[in-house]
Amino acid sequence: MTFRPVLAALFALFMAGAVLPGMARADVEIDVNQGEVRPLPIAIPAFTGASRGAEMAQVIAGNLDRSGLFAPIDGAAFPERNLDIGIQPDFAGWKAISAQALINGAITVEADGKLRVDFRLWDVFSGEQLLGLQFTSTPENWRRVAHKISDAVYERLTGEKGYFDTRVVFVAESGPRAARVKRLMIMDQDGANPSSLTDGSYVVMTPRFSSTSQEITYMALRPTGSSIYLFNIETARQETLGRFPGMVFAPRFSPDGGRVAFSVERGGNTDIWVMNLATRAQTKLTSDPGIDTSASFSPDGARIVFNSDRGGSPQLYVMGADGGGARRISYGQGRYMTPVWSPNGDFIAFTKQTGSTFHIGVMRPDGSDERILTTSYLDEGPTWAPNGRVLMFFRETPGGPPRLWTVDITGRILRPAPYQGSGSDPAWSPLLN
Amino acid sequence: MSFDAKRAVRLALIVAATASMAACASKPKDTPGPGPSAGPGPAGPRTPGGGAGPIDTRALPGSVQDFVINVGDFVYFDLDSYEIRADAMPVLDAQANWLRQYPAVKVRIEGNCDERGTREYNLALGARRANAVRDYLASRGVASSRIVTLSWGKERPVDPGSDENAWARNRNGHTVIVEGAR
Repeated sequence: MTFRPVLAALFALFMAGAVLPGMARADVEIDVNQGEVRPLPIAIPAFTGASRGAEMAQVIAGNLDRSGLFAPIDGAAFPERNLDIGIQPDFAGWKAISAQALINGAITVEADGKLRVDFRLWDVFSGEQLLGLQFTSTPENWRRVAHKISDAVYERLTGEKGYFDTRVVFVAESGPRAARVKRLMIMDQDGANPSSLTDGSYVVMTPRFSSTSQEITYMALRPTGSSIYLFNIETARQETLGRFPGMVFAPRFSPDGGRVAFSVERGGNTDIWVMNLATRAQTKLTSDPGIDTSASFSPDGARIVFNSDRGGSPQLYVMGADGGGARRISYGQGRYMTPVWSPNGDFIAFTKQTGSTFHIGVMRPDGSDERILTTSYLDEGPTWAPNGRVLMFFRETPGGPPRLWTVDITGRILRPAPYQGSGSDPAWSPLLN
Repeated sequence: MSFDAKRAVRLALIVAATASMAACASKPKDTPGPGPSAGPGPAGPRTPGGGAGPIDTRALPGSVQDFVINVGDFVYFDLDSYEIRADAMPVLDAQANWLRQYPAVKVRIEGNCDERGTREYNLALGARRANAVRDYLASRGVASSRIVTLSWGKERPVDPGSDENAWARNRNGHTVIVEGAR
C-alpha cells in the first residue's frame, strides 16, 4: 500500500474485528461510529450509455451526501467526463481535485428491454478497484439500482450495511390541528415516489414495518373506537387484528414477523399484549395498574422494552418476551417514552421529555451510555434504518406541522428528511430484495 | 369573564361548529388553513323594520344544545393527571342529573391530552381520563351501559395554540351525546 489516509487509520482502530475475513482493506474508509469524521470527498460523474446516466449519478450522490459521511464533489470540477467503464480512469486528474473515491458506471438496454448497469468504485490514490458490480432490472427500477449502488459503496467504505434501498411509511398530515387529516403514505427513503395507502377518512397512527415482509401494522382511530391492522403494501390487502373492548394501539412486529405486541386498555388501565399471528392466540404480558405501552422486541425476540409509569412517571423497562422479570433501565432526569430496539441489538432509541423540550436519544439495553441526539420543542417517535446507525423521527415547532428528520447515532449528522411535505410517525423498512 | 359571557362564547362556538359541520357536509378539499376565525357572525347589525322588542332564544330542553350550553360538556384535568378536579365535580354532577332526567340519552366520554407527550402514552392517559369521568357519572347514578369511552390522545386539541392556556384546555374529558337527545 502506498497511501493510507487518516480515515483509514481511524477505521482500522475501531473496526478491526468487524471486517470480513479475506476482504481486502481499502485505503479509503470511513468509521461511522466516530464522533468527528470529515466527509470523504467522492466523485460521481454521470454514468455513460443509455438514458438516466446523469440522474442515477445524482441519486447516488444525494444518498451519500445525506449520510453525512461523504462529500460528493461538484461536477464542474471534474477533469474528465464520459468515463469508459472498460478503461482505468486517469487518476492524476482526480487526485488534483482531491477526490479520494471515484465511481464510474455505464447503462445498457439489453435485447429483452432490461436495464443493465455496470459500475466500479475506485480508490483514487492507490488506483485500486474497490468494487466492480453489475445490476440488471426493469428500466422503471432505475432509482432502486442507484440505491443498490449507493448501498454497495457505503458498505465497502464504512464496513456497515447500507440503508438506501429502503422505503419509509409515515403519516401525512393536513388540515387544522383540531381536525387534522391523517393518511398513511409510503415513499422511497430519499423522498421519491410518495404515494398514499389510506384515504384520510379516519385517523391513522404509528405504522410499523415487519422486518421480514412488505407488511406493516398500524393503528386506526375512529369515533366508534380504535383498531390495529395488518396491511400488505404489495397487495394492499388489509385485515384487522380483532375486536377489543377498550382502546387498542401501539402495535409492533416481533423480529421474526410471527407476533405483534400491542397495548390494550380496559377500564382505563393499559397493559401490553402479544398476538401470535399464525394462531391468533393472545397473551397478556403485563398486569400493572400503571400505563404499560410502546412495546418493542429485541432483535432475538427474547426481550421486550416498553414504557411504563408504574414508578410514578413514564420510564423504560425491559422484560422477557413472556412478560417476566420487568426491570427499569432509564434513570436520567426526565420522562422516557417510545423505546425502539435497534436491529443490531446494541442500542435502544427513545423519546425523552425534560421540562419544556423533547429529545431523541439512545442508550444501551442495560440503560448505560445514554446519549441525547436531538433537542427541540417536540421530537418524537424514532425509527431505525436497517443498519442500526441512522434514526428517522418527527419534529414539530409550536403550532407548526410535523416534519420528518434523520439523525445518526453520534448525533452529529442531523438533517431534515428529503420529503418536503408534512409527516409524522415514520417507520423505516428493512432493505429491499 | 362572567358566567353569562362564557355562555355567550359557548353559543358562538356552537354556531361556529355547526357552520363548520355544514362546511364539512359540502366536502371541501382538506385545505390547510386557519381555524374558525372571529369575524362577524350570522347575527350582524340588526336592520330596523321588524317587530318591537327582543326575541329570546334558548336551547330546547333535552337537546344537545341544552346539554352543551346549560350543563357543560367539558371538564378539565391537571398536567399528567386523571383525577377529577374539584371544579369539575359540579359540572359532572349536573351532567349526571341531566342524564338521569333524559334516560334515553347515550354518551361517549372522550379523553384528550395536551401535545406535551408522546402519541402512544397520551392515548393511554386519555383513556384514563375518559374512564375517570365515566366512573364519576356512574357513581352519580348514570348506568354504565349508557356510557362508552374513547381516547383521542393528543389528536384532537380543542385549542390549536401551543401555550399553557391551550394545553390546559386540551387536557379534558368531553361528554359527547351519541343518541337519544330530543
